[in-house]
Amino acid sequence: MNEWLLIAAMSVLTFTPRYLPFGLAGKVKIPPFLERALTFVPIAVLTSIITQSSLIRDGELALNLGNHHLLAVLAAFVSALISRRLFVIVTVGLAAFILAKWLL
Amino acid sequence: MKSKTEELEVEKGLFGTKSKSQLFLQGAIDSSPLILAAIPFGLIFGALAITTGLSSWATLGMSLFVFAGASQFIAVSLLASAAALPVILMTVFVVNLRHMLYAASLMPQVENLSQKFRLPMAFWLTDETFAVVSNQIARKDDTSGLHWYFLGSALAMYSVWATCTVSGIILGQQIPDIASWGLDVAMLVGFIGIVVPNLKFRADWACAATAMFSTLITYQWPNQTGLLFSSFLAISVAVLLDRRVKVSVEQNHE
Repeated sequence: MNEWLLIAAMSVLTFTPRYLPFGLAGKVKIPPFLERALTFVPIAVLTSIITQSSLIRDGELALNLGNHHLLAVLAAFVSALISRRLFVIVTVGLAAFILAKWLL
Repeated sequence: MKSKTEELEVEKGLFGTKSKSQLFLQGAIDSSPLILAAIPFGLIFGALAITTGLSSWATLGMSLFVFAGASQFIAVSLLASAAALPVILMTVFVVNLRHMLYAASLMPQVENLSQKFRLPMAFWLTDETFAVVSNQIARKDDTSGLHWYFLGSALAMYSVWATCTVSGIILGQQIPDIASWGLDVAMLVGFIGIVVPNLKFRADWACAATAMFSTLITYQWPNQTGLLFSSFLAISVAVLLDRRVKVSVEQNHE
């Protein structure tokens, strides 16, 4: 398979959904309720991504201490309830991950 | 009295009072925790891609021309399992549909911008930049000049992503098992740092809880369709519980 053909096709398929709403902005008026609904996009999509990669490991639900990703995410979650600073939250999460790898 | 409230709004706005370069820089700085968290992800991509037989140039080319972490990972892992080109492309497209949701939610912010801005902003729209920019929108009333903030975040992300891909290609030749170290955890805790501080109302919590439980139920669906379904379901639940929407609609009718 030509790898550059793959890259060209991927570029088009990646750019199109990113650009389409931007291209339509100003030409199409979004109804207020939809605009309001779209403000929930970050919470919805990012939570789904976090869940996919922390609670599920290797295609299986992994609710155990061996799941270091889950422990890191839980530590980050607790720290986020206390501090709103992104740097603090990321640091706590990573520290928990490293500790879990060492100790467990 | 009136001027006092106006003053307060300008202060709250912040954006209107800053120059383009200040906004650009602020965008890059505000994104730095998420960009740092994306570094291991970029390294792993570079390392993983060359082990699947992609050439070094094509690996870098993918980071430069596609610039979408999740799609790039899926493409190389499908390449490794010798999937057919249409399967890879279909999967990439479905995975990218979440960007359409991102772009749609930014539509009010770009409607007064020329194509000169919309095109690069669309190309550089990633999870990270969207997370930081939408965080800013949630906190500020006045978002004029937001595109400079966006571009600062995006360009920082783009240059780091390219650099990490190259480093990953080199590292991957030295440490072949680096991809199994689980370094992608950095991105997850970064996303926690964006989501959790923005959970303010009942509807926000319901949105997050629905997204989580629905993802757990649908994780076996093919090609990330579970992620898309769960996102739509979570947004619907949030809208139903969102009291502010009803209030503002009633006001519009009056």
